[in-house]
Amino acid sequence: MAGNDVLLTMTGIHKEFNGVAALRDASFEVRPGEVHALIGQNGAGKSTLIKILTGVHDRDSGEISYDGRPVRFGSPHEAQLGGIATIYQEVNLIGYRSLAENVFLGREPKRFGLIDWRRMNDEAARILSSFGLDVDVTRPLNSYAVATQQLTAIARAVSIKAGLVIMDEPTSSLADAEVEVLFGVIRRLRADGVSVVFVSHKLDELYAICDRVTIMRDGRTIETAPMSEISRIELVTRMLGRELAEQLSHRRSTEPGELGTAVVLEAVGLRREPALEGVDLSVRAGEIVGLAGLLGSGRTETARALFGADPVDGGTITVKGRLQQLRTPRDAIRAGFGLSPEDRKTEGIVPDMSVRENLTLALLPRLTRLGVLDRRRQREIVDRFVADLGIKLADADQPIRELSGGNQQKVLLARWLCTQPDLLILDEPTRGIDVGAKREIQSLVRRLADDGLAVLLISSEVEELVADTDRVVVLRDGRSVTELAGADVEERRMLEAMATGSATEETP
Amino acid sequence: MSDEVLTPSAPPVAPVPTAHRRPSWQRLTQRYGALAVLVVLFVYNAVQTPFFLTFQSLVNNQLRQAAPVGIVALGMALVIATGGIDLSVGSVAAIAGQLGALVLVDGSSAYLAWGAALGVALLCGLFNGVLIARYGVQPIIATLILFIAGRGIAQLITGGNLQDFDDPLFQFFGLGRTAGLPAQIGVWFLVAVGMAAVMRWTTFGRYVVAVGGNETSSRLAGVPVARTKMLVYATSAVLAGLVGLIAVGVNSSSDANNVGLGLELDAIAAVAVAGVPLTGGRMTVIGTVIGAITLKLLQNTLIAHGIPLEIAQMIEGAVILAALYVQRSER
Repeated sequence: MAGNDVLLTMTGIHKEFNGVAALRDASFEVRPGEVHALIGQNGAGKSTLIKILTGVHDRDSGEISYDGRPVRFGSPHEAQLGGIATIYQEVNLIGYRSLAENVFLGREPKRFGLIDWRRMNDEAARILSSFGLDVDVTRPLNSYAVATQQLTAIARAVSIKAGLVIMDEPTSSLADAEVEVLFGVIRRLRADGVSVVFVSHKLDELYAICDRVTIMRDGRTIETAPMSEISRIELVTRMLGRELAEQLSHRRSTEPGELGTAVVLEAVGLRREPALEGVDLSVRAGEIVGLAGLLGSGRTETARALFGADPVDGGTITVKGRLQQLRTPRDAIRAGFGLSPEDRKTEGIVPDMSVRENLTLALLPRLTRLGVLDRRRQREIVDRFVADLGIKLADADQPIRELSGGNQQKVLLARWLCTQPDLLILDEPTRGIDVGAKREIQSLVRRLADDGLAVLLISSEVEELVADTDRVVVLRDGRSVTELAGADVEERRMLEAMATGSATEETP
Repeated sequence: MSDEVLTPSAPPVAPVPTAHRRPSWQRLTQRYGALAVLVVLFVYNAVQTPFFLTFQSLVNNQLRQAAPVGIVALGMALVIATGGIDLSVGSVAAIAGQLGALVLVDGSSAYLAWGAALGVALLCGLFNGVLIARYGVQPIIATLILFIAGRGIAQLITGGNLQDFDDPLFQFFGLGRTAGLPAQIGVWFLVAVGMAAVMRWTTFGRYVVAVGGNETSSRLAGVPVARTKMLVYATSAVLAGLVGLIAVGVNSSSDANNVGLGLELDAIAAVAVAGVPLTGGRMTVIGTVIGAITLKLLQNTLIAHGIPLEIAQMIEGAVILAALYVQRSER
């Protein structure tokens, strides 16, 4: 190290993709021998920042200095040579090769131009055993658990004498005991003067291992602070960009008692390892229930489990008083559910099919008699929903991929509305669409609820949940920890529950 | 959700302006490329090949010879529309032809022989379908099993012997004529019309394209993905079985080694020439028919003009390459 108190400085980093700014004047600073947390919501810019540092992307402007010298890495390989190693959440090693080969991939020790297997195996075993891992390094990587694979990736970083190790959600697929082993290794690295950038959404872990934290939002660096000087609630507040002072609820003030009493959905103890560890929630007719939680808290997993898209390990789902086994989305649709998935492009639309066919995809069984499609009724339904929802298009026969994001989302909503569902599960229905369309969709959902539809609304925008829901179930680490109703649906309580697991508990 | 970190840093998607559908040359070549090649070949032959423009040549040679590939290509197009592929069609044709011939030679009626042939083909298709739809085996591997093992099975059925027979009813698909046309052309026509109707009018037809277009979305929209896949592989196999009956009918003899040899590749080539993307999500019946005719006419033209086989094969390869290139530009 150059002996100063800063290892890495990134300042004034700008990056645009197709004219859309991903980073605006972002900055980042890491000291030697510290574990530095980097947090932010999806799209906050932390992955872009890391990719610019490690040479995956080039920056549009800004300065990076590492170990006292200005740097501009052209590829992850160059960054590695420069002393920066990255460990991705999905281990990016080669499953069929041995642990030792993975540690030394591309830099195998040679003797007379041939690979010196003995030295390679000995050295790999030495590094891994220094992590407390006593394993056969000649066995293929994929014969070991994910934790071991992750440690192998770290061993690789150590063996290249990296000064900075970036870990992207390293704990997302680890069990608690394995997390402890990983933390032990991180502490060792820190003791050896290696810096670690730790990306995670799990606050407990950040407080357990990190020295400082940098918070990003909307492509900007919001704050860097020592972990010991920032409370959980402050952390979450800054990450989500909410000022606790402004408390404006547009929610209609309905007391739970006045609502339609028909419980449409009741889920108890929903479990699916490792993401869901017990989720309870219920939705009544005419009610919009929000599902809140930080990234990784199990919101999407809950939606998918309810819809039969993923099998559950335990728990019960009762639909309108009847216990149901929802093994596939078809079962859920038959039970009267609709799901608008989180990722519109990969899970929602069929891009090359027409708007007409996308809109009626879930309805097809009911538009069919003896296998033959009733195209006239199909046309009528499509025309009605295009008009009702104000979907802007040139022609119902044009491929849906040609529509804007907001209009695609409306088509997907219409896909379910035309099946006249009892419950609509909306996973981030307004993400990535323009403000106008967002408002339209929000007021549409409210109108539908007023007409008696039960809605489960997942959103990472606290503001949206406060404004648009009647009740909110807060998830944390795969568990439903708190339920807020009526006047309690407000930002402070929700943020507290997301950060600490309870709405009343004193924050640290 | 959380795995978005450090995956390509998806920039917010800008609203895409609607309807940018210009009739670019790419679009035109993709849609009408096979037809254009067909027209060129036709005109060339009309001028250069003696007796090309006769009923005997056009119908009895060109169209009749294109029929087996054309029929299998329709099933293949269906499979490819779901994003799959079926390498087993040649072997299935051999199995079906063998079993049909065996049942006939054993003294059963022609109808029973047909039933046995198509029945065993259906079983083969279901075997493929179960592997792919239930167990998630990649289509190319799943259908490779019957591609390899199928010919062995066909051999076993007859103990490796040729079986000769003479039964006009059984051989109807190969040798029969209706309204002056060879029966296999009629069969091809009916299959094509039937499939066009299925694609256009039935839910199943829409499911096929939906599954190939985006399987995840389709499953979440309640499309019976597994059943749809089972059905397309079953259809492909039954059509292959039909072609097996045509082949043994034409030869008045069953030959486990040669029935349907290379059929799968010709069928895939016909679909590719038709401009159907092998990634799935699209299907054209008329295009597939044109693709098969074009491919066969190309092969016959090269043969008729004494082009050495090795050169002919290279030219065929070049045409397929051109078809793939045009598709690539489209996406």
